[in-house]
Amino acid sequence: MRDFVLALAPALVLATLGGPSMTAAAQEFNLVIRNHKFEPEEIRVPAGKRVSIYVSNEDATPEEFDSTALKVEKVIPGKSKGLVRIGPLAPGRYEFIGEFNADTAKGVVIAE
Amino acid sequence: MLGALIIVFREVIEAGLIIGIVLAATRGVRERGAWVGLGVGVGTIGAGIVALFAEAISNAFEGAGQELLNACILGAAVIMLMWHNAWMARHGREMAAEMAAVGEAVTTGKRPMTALAVVVGLAVLREGSEVVLFLYGIVATGTSASALLIGGTLGLAVGAAFTALTYYGLLAIPPRYIFAVTTVLIALLAAGMAAQAVQFLDAAGLINVLGQRLWDTSGILPQDGILGRMLHTLIGYTDRPTELQLIAYLATLVVMAALTRVAAPPRSARAAA
Repeated sequence: MRDFVLALAPALVLATLGGPSMTAAAQEFNLVIRNHKFEPEEIRVPAGKRVSIYVSNEDATPEEFDSTALKVEKVIPGKSKGLVRIGPLAPGRYEFIGEFNADTAKGVVIAE
Repeated sequence: MLGALIIVFREVIEAGLIIGIVLAATRGVRERGAWVGLGVGVGTIGAGIVALFAEAISNAFEGAGQELLNACILGAAVIMLMWHNAWMARHGREMAAEMAAVGEAVTTGKRPMTALAVVVGLAVLREGSEVVLFLYGIVATGTSASALLIGGTLGLAVGAAFTALTYYGLLAIPPRYIFAVTTVLIALLAAGMAAQAVQFLDAAGLINVLGQRLWDTSGILPQDGILGRMLHTLIGYTDRPTELQLIAYLATLVVMAALTRVAAPPRSARAAA
């Protein structure tokens, strides 16, 4: 029994921790931060799927892509790019903000 | 100025709640102030270093460096909290007796403060690096340094007051029960951190299973409100938990309870056999 469990363990680990390469090609979207605003401010993504959003911060200052709805907290340093992985989402609206400039940096992901 | 105040306050209360609990849990331990101070100091320096290398960290591991770092920090904190609770299960009773006998102020300092000092350091590191990056952003956009300083200092002061409030609130609990209460608080704190850690692993793309949302209570108690935030830090409240988060949360509580049982001193020689 013990041998069986030992033999099974690596397989289980692999199955659970399927690395990025094993992910069934997540659909990709692009988002730009410019003058502390998101462009576009609205992204439509397929519901029920994992989605990758490449956020490109063109400002010189860092920004934090923040959304409790999407369960994401990610700092994107100035003049650099960050990858935000979300989903699978139930259909609906999911708001996000740039926490460091919450007055202007607002956007929404619409899953449908 | 207000922006600085709000962000600094928000991050400080998250670390502050943890510090408040640690201080209450180590009531009567000699030199605990030095240990907690060391945790805060090292955590602050660490926060500066993480902020400095934010871009390199972010780009590491195919863009998942930040998520992995967060998951590791939280995972390490969970292990430290488990160690603490196991230790308390073994020695807590003698300590409580000693406290009652000698008076709380002069109990011996023979306790592993390292574990909790590390937890404090990690909490400060995680929240602090965000503060540093945010303040850097403000400076770079040209808000005057004095406004920034006032906002940041006020935020820090209000956050510190909150820490004090947590601490003295917990101290109102009779000494007999304080260990029991802080043990439960620490278990819930660890469970919440574990649930956050698995979400970071999910965001890193390392885990792709059990990501379905179980329920949504954001309409009743939003997690980004002040109460939601505090409960999030304290007991790991999440308004839209995934299956994996709930599993991690419950598993941590089960492991904590099991460790506490295993570590507990035998009631009699017979029970030990």
